[in-house]
Amino acid sequence: MKKTLLILLFLGLYGHIAAQDLMEILDEETPQHKEYVSATFKGTRIINGHSVENRKKGVLEFLISHRFGRINDGIDEFFGLDNSNIRFALEYALTDDLMFGIGRSSFEKTYDGFVKYKLLKQATGEKPFPLSVSLFGSTAWKTLKDYDPDDKPDFSDRLFYTTQVLIARKFNEDLSLQLSPTYVHRNTVETDADPHDIFAVGAGGRYKISKRVSVNAEYFYTINPLESVNTKDAFALSVDIETGGHVFQLMVSNAITMIEKAFITETTDDFFKGDIHFGFNISRAFQIGNKKRKNPEQERKEW
Amino acid sequence: MRIRFIVLLVFMCCHSILFSQEKYLTKQGDISFYSHTPVEDIKAENKQVLSIIDLSGGEIAISILMKSFVFEKALMQEHFNENYVESDKFPKATFAGNIQNLEELLSGENHIAEIDGKLTIHGITKPVRIEAKTDLEEKKVVLTGKFMVTVADYDIKIPAIVRNNIAKEVEVSFKLEHLPYN
Repeated sequence: MKKTLLILLFLGLYGHIAAQDLMEILDEETPQHKEYVSATFKGTRIINGHSVENRKKGVLEFLISHRFGRINDGIDEFFGLDNSNIRFALEYALTDDLMFGIGRSSFEKTYDGFVKYKLLKQATGEKPFPLSVSLFGSTAWKTLKDYDPDDKPDFSDRLFYTTQVLIARKFNEDLSLQLSPTYVHRNTVETDADPHDIFAVGAGGRYKISKRVSVNAEYFYTINPLESVNTKDAFALSVDIETGGHVFQLMVSNAITMIEKAFITETTDDFFKGDIHFGFNISRAFQIGNKKRKNPEQERKEW
Repeated sequence: MRIRFIVLLVFMCCHSILFSQEKYLTKQGDISFYSHTPVEDIKAENKQVLSIIDLSGGEIAISILMKSFVFEKALMQEHFNENYVESDKFPKATFAGNIQNLEELLSGENHIAEIDGKLTIHGITKPVRIEAKTDLEEKKVVLTGKFMVTVADYDIKIPAIVRNNIAKEVEVSFKLEHLPYN
């Protein structure tokens, strides 16, 4: 009798093991595929500079960025808030890998357009790849009439080009770092001593302190700066807060400009002497194209 | 005594042979969920669900890769994976259960399977009972149905700012067409 019980118990266990076996079969049958790492950064910018992140296909982003005056201007300028440089931009992702944008900054009344392409994507799974690499190119057109009316520069004299290779890695869920080798070409320079071609290297990163909040830092080292003005390397710290379709970025930086040719090569304020500008980026994303995204049927399923 | 033991052994062998013949598997199972609030509807569908059913004992195992859920909006998908279900930490949701009324189903008396099991989402396991319409065809076992999942049960936190956009209970629908598995 005892033995029968024992055997029955054993059979019971056997059934239990079978259910476990089923899960093992599923594990074995799970197809292995390459999986791209998502959300290396929250926004398309680390702070001032671009991150490797693009918007997904069909997303239009309206971006409003502000940089106020210097905090150490004191109460007369309301700690810089009386002064502000604003950039409005519309940025659109044509595919998951290719996005472009146009923007207009109040500072020097500059228009800019950029293209960003994801060349390589960090991946795990079957064919892992350790890094994400994006190519970035932008053109800026300065329209401020700060010249002698008799000496009107033509259109191309007022153009600036920036080319960047953005190389990033998401080390873990919280930490992502990026290097951004940068080349800026200026069609016109103030004095002959100024280089037309300026090289810089940016380094930036984010650290997530909660699911929706991260702290970011960014630094651009300029290898051959302008000679006619005493420039400083751009440095910035920020907090990103993500809520639904928004990303808010609140930052302090020694740069008052938001486009590459300007903050990388024309920043003159010294962060560590208190020439700090408060600023923010606010983005609102709209899904305009590609509404269906491959799958979910328009109609609710009835099964 | 010895004879009885041998009989049992033989029985167990048969048992295991039966097992290997009555497993049905799918790798393209379809699971979707739907969250309805007055503010917005959120839908996501996953067509790469793995499911296996063993008709000899009535066991079912389902494995769902969270990153395979496709949403209407790309940002929703990113938030789902990054903030809500934390797919890097908990890549899969699983279900392991038993059909309680297997004999009724096999004899054709009933077409609704009552499945008791454990559902694991976001690393949290809860007992659930699911009813599934069952079609036993010659070379196919089809389970379809829907059930409700309470988001808070699985320690998925919804921040106050989007609380009105996401339902407290989401409706999960499934259609699993299993084919014979050697």
